Amino acid sequence: MTATIDVAHAWVRQPQQSWLVRLFDYKPFLVAICMLPACGLLLVFLTYPLGLGIWLAFTDTTIGRDGRWVGLENFEYLLEDRLFWQAVFYSVFYTSVATVAKFALGLWLALLLNNHLPFKNLLRAVILMPWIVPTVLSAIAFWWIYDPQFSIISYLLVDVLGLRDTYIDFLGSAWPARWSLVAANVWRGIPFVAISLLAGLQTISPTLYEAALIDGATGWQRFRFITFPLLLPILAIVMTFSIIFTFSDFQLVYAITRGGPVNSTHLMATLAFQRGIPGGNLGEGAAIAVSMIPFLVFATLFSYFALARRKWQQGEAND
Amino acid sequence: MTDAAVQAPNTATAAPEAMAWDRGARRVVFIYVPLACFVFILLFPFYWMVVTTFKPNAELYNYKAYNPFWIVEPTFDHIRRLLFQTAYPRWLMTTMTVAIGATFLSLFASVLAAYAIQRLRFKGSEYVGLAIYLGYLVPPSILFIPLATMVFKLGLFDTPLALILVYPTFLVPFCTWLLIGYFKSIPYELEECALIDGATRLQILRQITLPLAVPGLISAGIFSFTLSWNEFIYALAFIQSGERKTVPVAILTELISGDVYQWGALMAGALLGSLPVAIFYSFFVDYYVSSLSGAVKE
Repeated sequence: MTATIDVAHAWVRQPQQSWLVRLFDYKPFLVAICMLPACGLLLVFLTYPLGLGIWLAFTDTTIGRDGRWVGLENFEYLLEDRLFWQAVFYSVFYTSVATVAKFALGLWLALLLNNHLPFKNLLRAVILMPWIVPTVLSAIAFWWIYDPQFSIISYLLVDVLGLRDTYIDFLGSAWPARWSLVAANVWRGIPFVAISLLAGLQTISPTLYEAALIDGATGWQRFRFITFPLLLPILAIVMTFSIIFTFSDFQLVYAITRGGPVNSTHLMATLAFQRGIPGGNLGEGAAIAVSMIPFLVFATLFSYFALARRKWQQGEAND
Repeated sequence: MTDAAVQAPNTATAAPEAMAWDRGARRVVFIYVPLACFVFILLFPFYWMVVTTFKPNAELYNYKAYNPFWIVEPTFDHIRRLLFQTAYPRWLMTTMTVAIGATFLSLFASVLAAYAIQRLRFKGSEYVGLAIYLGYLVPPSILFIPLATMVFKLGLFDTPLALILVYPTFLVPFCTWLLIGYFKSIPYELEECALIDGATRLQILRQITLPLAVPGLISAGIFSFTLSWNEFIYALAFIQSGERKTVPVAILTELISGDVYQWGALMAGALLGSLPVAIFYSFFVDYYVSSLSGAVKE
């Protein structure tokens, strides 16, 4: 018995292994080495700037000059700034309207795609296009579509269909500009929602629908009592993502209106950029950016717990 | 549907083909028509981009004489102007460098991290995984101001290296999560066998786990590449000089000169800037869709 163990040992231990090889086979060391690049990158370029941003919000830093601690001065200033409140309002409006529209249309598209269709894969690939293409570049296309003189939508409505007499001034005044931006955002967001929800739909077992059919459930009942509840966990995750990235959106607004006309379409992110980088007031820009955090945390918690509640109540383990 | 089903027994003997037609019609009205509308609306801006790119200016600004939906005399003027009279090739090169650099850096970091979290399974590895994932929920619009000051202090302002170092902040969380899922699907027994045969952990990673995880690596790579290609706010904030900008930023800031927008050239820029990602994506569309759905299911 002892002899066999000795033999095994002798066979396992390889004399040519250097200390370096053994060091790399030592688990705690290996774990540290493996985690180092990812953790290092994230700590230096994510966690630290997050803290630095919060600190900057309490200073009067400008470009080229280190700031002094000024306490809540930036926030006090913002509280009385009409433009800031307008940006808060528009961010909330933009996020809520766009999210509702994106999910309603995205869910509809996912349900349509869940049927047996010819060229399904091709269709799926084509539908994802708006999401693949750089947002700024599709935003430029929308800018051109919204052109006051040469808008193709106006052309259709006025010259082809004759529904209106004048061309629409999409981006020239506050509310039309706001709605136009929401429409562009919805256009870009639908594919992501639809494809993610389609993945969720495909995990629902068809036997459930067969059972419901036998019980005489109508199409709406099947949707309401089978599809929707089973889709909720994925819906919650996708919605969390969507809300966070819509609320903190920057590119679309910056590309199409840059916050105009007369600052009516500023989101908090674009306002923070305008005050911080071209305006040079890094402290104030950081304060605006930091004020986004409570909204984001609230939106995340809300969408996650409100929607994931079922799963969470049933005490299912996370998969 | 129920009405049709109730009436069916009475009329079925009379006209079965009418029923079939009815079902076909319903299918067309409730599935194909809405689907066609969706596809049309989702693709129309791209069509419009293409049409505008190849239209001569005379047609572009005259809807009365020419039907705007079609091109009478296609021209390459806008594209020629973009390629030879602007720094577009430079921008393209910069973007390519940044995207490839950031992708490789993030893949390297994520593979090691995902391997450590999923396979080495140290104490608290689940929490580390969750913490990394939470990093994805921090939007760049909160981080760009402090990062701009950091980049400036590090002396990286106005260099592509700043972007290569910063992009992993949103790439690493995503890739790590994707790869953890992938490593999970590789049977652990394979690694055990190798361990018994006396392989070191790094040999196992290199010779067994990684080759099996190639599809996952490809998915993570495509995602990273497209995300870095599309990134805007960091590139806008960290790069100052015109010739070092990335394509999305440069088209928006450099091509717009004066009050009269050159819509033809702008659309050509948007089209050519989208094309590399679109082509890249079309090669790997299956990986892309599956990893998108996989990541959501996690």
